[in-house]
Amino acid sequence: MLDSKIPEGTLADKWDNYKEHVKLVNPANRKKLDVIVVGTGLAGASCAASLGELGYNVKSFCFQDSPRRAHSVAAQGGVNAAKNYKNDGDSVFRMFSDTIKGGDFRSREANVYRLAECSANLIDQAVAQGVPFAREYGGYLNNRSFGGVQVSRTFYARGQTGQQLLLGAYQALMRQVGANKVKTYTRHEMLDLVVVDGKAKGIITRDLVTGEIERHAANAVVLASGGYGKVYYLSTLAMGCNSSAIWRAHKKGAYMSGVSWIQFHPTCLPQSGEHQSKLTLMSESLRNDGRIWVPKKAHDDRKPNDIPEEERDYYLERRYPTFGNLAPRDISSRAAKERVDAGCGVGVMKNAVFLDFSKAIKEQGKEKIKEKYSNLFKMYDKINAVNAYETPMLISPAAHFTMGGLWVDYELMTTIPGLFALGEANFADHGANRLGANSLLQASVDGYFIAPYSIPNYLAGELKAEKITTDHVAFAEAEHAVKEQLQQFLNINGHLSADHFHKTLGKLLYDGCGLSRTKASLEKAIVLIRQLRAQFYTELKITGDHTVNSELEKAGRVADYLDLGILMCEDALSREESCGAHFREEYQTADGEALRNDKDFCYVSAWEWKGAHAEHELHKEPLIFENVSLTVRSYK
Amino acid sequence: MKIYLKIWRQDSPATPGAMKNYELDDVSADMSFLEMMDLLNESLIQKSERVVEFDHDCREGICGQCGMMINGRAHGPLTHTTTCQLHMRSFKDGDTIYIEPFRAAAFPIVRDLKVDRKAFDKIIQASGFTSASTGEAPEANGILIAHTIAEAAFDAAACIGCGACVATCKNSSAELFTSAKITQLALLPQGQVERADRVIAMVDQMDAEGFGHCTNTEACEVECPQEISVLHIARMNYEYNRASIISH
Repeated sequence: MLDSKIPEGTLADKWDNYKEHVKLVNPANRKKLDVIVVGTGLAGASCAASLGELGYNVKSFCFQDSPRRAHSVAAQGGVNAAKNYKNDGDSVFRMFSDTIKGGDFRSREANVYRLAECSANLIDQAVAQGVPFAREYGGYLNNRSFGGVQVSRTFYARGQTGQQLLLGAYQALMRQVGANKVKTYTRHEMLDLVVVDGKAKGIITRDLVTGEIERHAANAVVLASGGYGKVYYLSTLAMGCNSSAIWRAHKKGAYMSGVSWIQFHPTCLPQSGEHQSKLTLMSESLRNDGRIWVPKKAHDDRKPNDIPEEERDYYLERRYPTFGNLAPRDISSRAAKERVDAGCGVGVMKNAVFLDFSKAIKEQGKEKIKEKYSNLFKMYDKINAVNAYETPMLISPAAHFTMGGLWVDYELMTTIPGLFALGEANFADHGANRLGANSLLQASVDGYFIAPYSIPNYLAGELKAEKITTDHVAFAEAEHAVKEQLQQFLNINGHLSADHFHKTLGKLLYDGCGLSRTKASLEKAIVLIRQLRAQFYTELKITGDHTVNSELEKAGRVADYLDLGILMCEDALSREESCGAHFREEYQTADGEALRNDKDFCYVSAWEWKGAHAEHELHKEPLIFENVSLTVRSYK
Repeated sequence: MKIYLKIWRQDSPATPGAMKNYELDDVSADMSFLEMMDLLNESLIQKSERVVEFDHDCREGICGQCGMMINGRAHGPLTHTTTCQLHMRSFKDGDTIYIEPFRAAAFPIVRDLKVDRKAFDKIIQASGFTSASTGEAPEANGILIAHTIAEAAFDAAACIGCGACVATCKNSSAELFTSAKITQLALLPQGQVERADRVIAMVDQMDAEGFGHCTNTEACEVECPQEISVLHIARMNYEYNRASIISH
C-alpha cells in the first residue's frame, strides 16, 4: 500500500508540523554520512549545496562537462512566488488553488500547498545569491503575468530566468566544492542504482572520458536528473536529457507515476524539415504581449501582413475570452492543434500558428517590447532569419515538460527507502498539467527547502545502520550488469544508428501518445514500439570504443526510452478520462474540452516494474481533496 | 548543397591530432551547423568509422556546452552567436569549412573537438559567489536595487561560460569570463561584503589555471555570444587595484 506520509493538521499547518517533528542529525555526526546527488540542475545543485552547507559529505554527478550546463539553464520566462508585491489579491492559498486547478485536480493538496508556501523564500534566497531579477525604477522587484492565472506573481530576469537561477545554485554548489564539502563528478553518467536489503546504498557510474565503470556508496541517493520529454526526440529539451537514472531506479523497484502526462509547450519553433534535432522554445512570457492567430480561411497562402484583420481568427481570444492568449499551456497547445488539423495551419509544413506583436508594438512602442523580449526576438532571427518586430513569429506546440516521474511521498522519497527524487524527475506537484513558471519553483523548493529536512530525517536512522561499502556483492552485481549491457550494445553490429531508433520512437509517440490520444492510437503505438525495440537489439550499430563515445552514451539512453515509451502508452491507455495534458479523444465535452472522470480516476497511477518479460503492475494512490472542490476547469 | 570539411581528429590528450577531410552532399541551408555535424556522423556510422566527438547540449545558445573554431573563428562566421545557433545558410555550395577545437593550454583536448573547461569551474569555486547559505536570506524587497544597476549586473551575469573568449584570445586569457562575474557581484549590494576578497581570489585562481593576460585586443567581445563587454575587464583591474590598496 502506498503511504504518501502526509502530516497531520490543517493544510496550512502540515509543513510546519512536519518540520517541527522531523529527526535531526547532530552536527558532529553529519560528516559521517554520505549523500549522492545525481544531476546538477536547479534541484540537484540546490540540494547538493544545501546538504554541503549542513555538513554532510556530498558527491554530485552530472553528464555535462560542468554543473552549470544542466537544462534548467534554458528556462526562460520566470519563477512564481506568492509575494503579493503587486497587491493584486495573491496569497499562498490563491497560488495553491491556481496550481491545483492548473493541474486539473490530479496532484496532492499538501504537496502543492507546501510549494506555494515555500515560494516566497526562494525569491529571498535567489536575491541573496545575486540573481539579477528585473527591478522597477524605484528598486523594487518587478513581476509579470503567466498563463493560467489572473495575478502577477512571476519574477524574471529578462528571458533568462532559468539561467540566472541555475547560476545562483551552481555558485552555491561551487562554494561547497571549494570548501571540500561537495565533490563533483562531471562527465559521469549514472547507469545503475545499488540496492542492499531494500535500501538505496549507491550507484554505478560510467566516466564518459575514460569509460571506467565506477562504484559509489552512500547512505542516501538523490535523483535530480530532470524530465524525459526528449523521449519524443523532437522536443524543447537538451540533446543529452534522458530518463536513464530514473528508469534504472525504476527497474530496481521505484514506482513511476503519471508517466503519460507530458506537457506540450504551445510557443515553440515549428519543425521545418527532416534534419531537425530540436524544437526551440520561445518563452510563454511572449503571450503577455503577443496575439495568437491563424487565417480564418483554410489553406490561405497569403503573407501574414497581407491578411486583413477581419480575416484573422484569434482563436484563443475567441474560445477563451477571460484568459485569451494567456490560457494554460495544455489548452493553448490543443487549440493550436485543432486549427492546424482544420487546415488553417501556416508555415512551410502548415504546422504552425502566428504569434503577432504588431498591436503591442503599436501600443507600447518597439523599445518597450525590445526591453522585455530582445533576446527571444534575436534568437528567432538567428534561427529563421526573420525579423519578428515586422512579421509575426511562427510557433507550434512541442514536447516540453514531464509532469510524470518517480512516485514520491511527502518527503520526496521514492518507494525505495533512501532513494529520493527531486525536481522534474519526480511526479509530485503539477498534477496533469504544469503552470508556467512553476517548474523552476518546484525544482528549487525541492532542493533548497524540502530535501534539507526530509533527507536528514532519513539519515538520522542511518547512523546506527551497518555501513555498506563498495565491496558489497550488490555493487559487484550491478557493475557486472552495466558492463554486460554496454558490451551488448557494441556487439550488435547492425546497420542503424541510435539516433535512427530515437527519431522513429519520437514519431510513434507524437502520433500515438501525443497532444491527443485514443485507445486505438495507444494500442497501435505499443505494438510498433515493441517491434522497434526488438529491432534495436538486433540492428543497432555503434562505432568507436569504450572511452569517449557519444554513440555508446546515446544507445543506453535510447534503450531506456524504448521501455519508457511503452509504459507511457500503457499509462495513457489505463486512464479512461481526459485531464490536463492527457487528452483522450473519447472523453471530451461537446465543445471539445477535456472531460474528467473523478469517480473512477481521481488517483495517481504508480507503476511497478515486474521484470523485462512481465507486465507492469498498476498501484493507485487515491487523491483526497478537502480544501478545494473538484470543479470543471474552465478558462472561458 | 555540397560542403567540404576539414576536421581536427585527435584520439586522446596524449596522442597527436591531425586535420581530416570529409565531404557531405545534401546539406540544407536550413540545417543548423550541429545538424550538419549530425549528418556527418550518421554517414561515418554507415562507413563503420568512429564519429567526430563534439560537445553540445541545449542547442539553443544558452548552456554554453558547444563551441568549435570554424574557419578560424570561435563559434564561426557570425558575431555573438553560439555554434548551435549558426545555420548552414551562412555558407554556400562548394565551401570548405575548417573545424577545430577551442584551443588553450588551460582547456586540454578530451577527444576530437571536445575540450575540458574545468578551469572555469575552479575560478568560480575560488570566490565567484555570495556566501549566502540556504535559509540566511533576508526579505527580497529589503534590498532595493536601482533598475539601471540590476540591468547592468544582468548584462555581466548573462555569460554562458562557453570559453569562446579564451579560444579567440591570442593570449588564451580568461579575463572576459572572470571579469563578468566580478562585475556582476561588485555592482550588486549583495556582493559588497566579499567584494575585495573575491576579486583577489578569482584573479589569482585564473592565473593559477594557466590562462594568459589581456592585451586589449578586444576580439573576445566580438565573438562572445552574450555580447559581454570588455569594459568589465577594466572594472576587474580597478577592483583588483582597489582591493590590493584598501584591504590587503
